[in-house]
Amino acid sequence: MGAYFQEEIECASAGKIKQMQDERLAAQVKHVWDNVPFYRKKLEEAGIKPEDIKGRDDLHKLPFTTKADLRDNYPDKLVAVPLDDCVRIQSTSGTTGKRVVAYYTKEDIDLWEDCCARAIVAVGGSKKDVCQVSYGYGLFTGGPGLNGGSHKVGCLTVPTSSGNTDRQIMFINDLKTTILCCTPSYAAYLGESMKEMGMKPDEIPLKAGIFGAEAWSEEMRNDIQKTLGIKAYDIYGLTELSGPGVAFECSEQKGMHVNEDHFIAEVVDPETGEPLPDGEKGELIFTSITKKAFPLLRYRTRDICILSHEKCGCGRTHVKMTKPLGRTDDMLIIRGVNVFPSQIETVLLKEGYQANYQIIVDRVNNTDTLDVHVEMTPEVFTDNVGEISRRQNELVAALRSMLGIKANVTLVAPKSIIRSEGKAVRVIDNRKI
Amino acid sequence: MSISQISVFLENKSGSLSEFSGVLSDNNINIQAMSVAETSEFGIVRLITDDTYDAATVLKDAGYIARITPVTCATIEDRPGSLHEIISVLNKSGIDVDYMYAFLGGRKENHAHIILKTEDDKKTDAVLKSAGIELLED
Ligand SMILES: [Zn+2]
Repeated sequence: MGAYFQEEIECASAGKIKQMQDERLAAQVKHVWDNVPFYRKKLEEAGIKPEDIKGRDDLHKLPFTTKADLRDNYPDKLVAVPLDDCVRIQSTSGTTGKRVVAYYTKEDIDLWEDCCARAIVAVGGSKKDVCQVSYGYGLFTGGPGLNGGSHKVGCLTVPTSSGNTDRQIMFINDLKTTILCCTPSYAAYLGESMKEMGMKPDEIPLKAGIFGAEAWSEEMRNDIQKTLGIKAYDIYGLTELSGPGVAFECSEQKGMHVNEDHFIAEVVDPETGEPLPDGEKGELIFTSITKKAFPLLRYRTRDICILSHEKCGCGRTHVKMTKPLGRTDDMLIIRGVNVFPSQIETVLLKEGYQANYQIIVDRVNNTDTLDVHVEMTPEVFTDNVGEISRRQNELVAALRSMLGIKANVTLVAPKSIIRSEGKAVRVIDNRKI
Repeated sequence: MSISQISVFLENKSGSLSEFSGVLSDNNINIQAMSVAETSEFGIVRLITDDTYDAATVLKDAGYIARITPVTCATIEDRPGSLHEIISVLNKSGIDVDYMYAFLGGRKENHAHIILKTEDDKKTDAVLKSAGIELLED
């Protein structure tokens, strides 16, 4: 057990958390009913009045909110307070379409920064630490969020923002930075650069890193930990909900605690929208219950996760989510089972193959077939046909245990999988449905 | 006492073998011996060439996965019964053969060469030598 930023909340009993969520959810539904015509109309269409939502147990009655809803209401039609009370906006990158603009009141920013402060304390941060924020500052939430959290903890905050690797490394060395906040790919890049400069992991002052805003694997975590000589922690967030700190990893490094006093997490079947129990994989849904300016009811993140209420060794009681295992956009339904390319990739890497593969789905005699073509690698190739077949069978077994259905594996020649603009075409679905 | 063999991964589909031999031909690689082991999906082509290093480099540049393996190369007379002599020597010593193939002429006139891969190269060499069988090396 370590230190907490807000122990009373972070380690509250299940009953206390439920009570908080019940009260805040009921108040939030009333708040949007009164102030956002879009939500009022949506609730009316679903036949729901604010008084029908007494607490968390009624959550499933509420309609979902999607990214399309946010875009349709661009820029400020979902704002639930007078614009005079808003003090800041942050915005998504807009790479996948029209931007989403999220509004904040002073209090919204204060609570968001609390969440980030919890994440920093959870990785061992205190006022004695030097915290370098190498996330981008500006419309992106990464820089401002961790910057605010670092202030709250009382760390010496180094707002380097992203880029300019030489300067990043200079500050890490000269100011004795102990906590690094950036994307995992940038952390890996910094690690490689320092290695090339001849710096050994035990000579680098860093002790911990908070890395989020993109998908990363356990293998990548191990690599970063080794090259930088640190503990690497995950953090989760969405601009729509506030930014980083919706959930954060603790010393156990096994899943992220959702800040349940501000967000209610659910996992639902992405097809039917039915809520799923703990331990089952589905789409992650968030309801923000304290956000005043830009509240979201049952927002569909499109991230696939598993929730767990198992007791955590760090002492925190808030529900834990796995890192996103995939996106609903990538999901394939094969013989009624949800399959994600990322799961197949994980198995391939574990079995010693590279992530050069193609998934071919077809329907033969009314049954779905799943074929995985994997490029042969020098590591797997031997002069022995039996040995190659044995490893191929092991791969088939590992895929079966990961996916729950059988996949046929075909070994193909190196670089034979079609690439478009350098990126391999991962999925070919030949089913005519 | 061994010679170098190059093993190459090929997909078992029409055209891939001809594409492969085309690469060797274009680069003036002379094949002394060759065998193909295959399953329904893929094959391993095994080659003995004049210059193993040269051939391996050419294949690697062409995008093939190649591996160099030491194999035993026994020289026997080109007459009935000489293959059986080798096999029975190995059999008596309890050595199992993983794979084998043969080629005529090449490095010694009126003789055949047998390429052998067993689980224990050293033991194979010793057993064959003590039986008076001539072994080739690079
Ligand atoms: Zn924990």
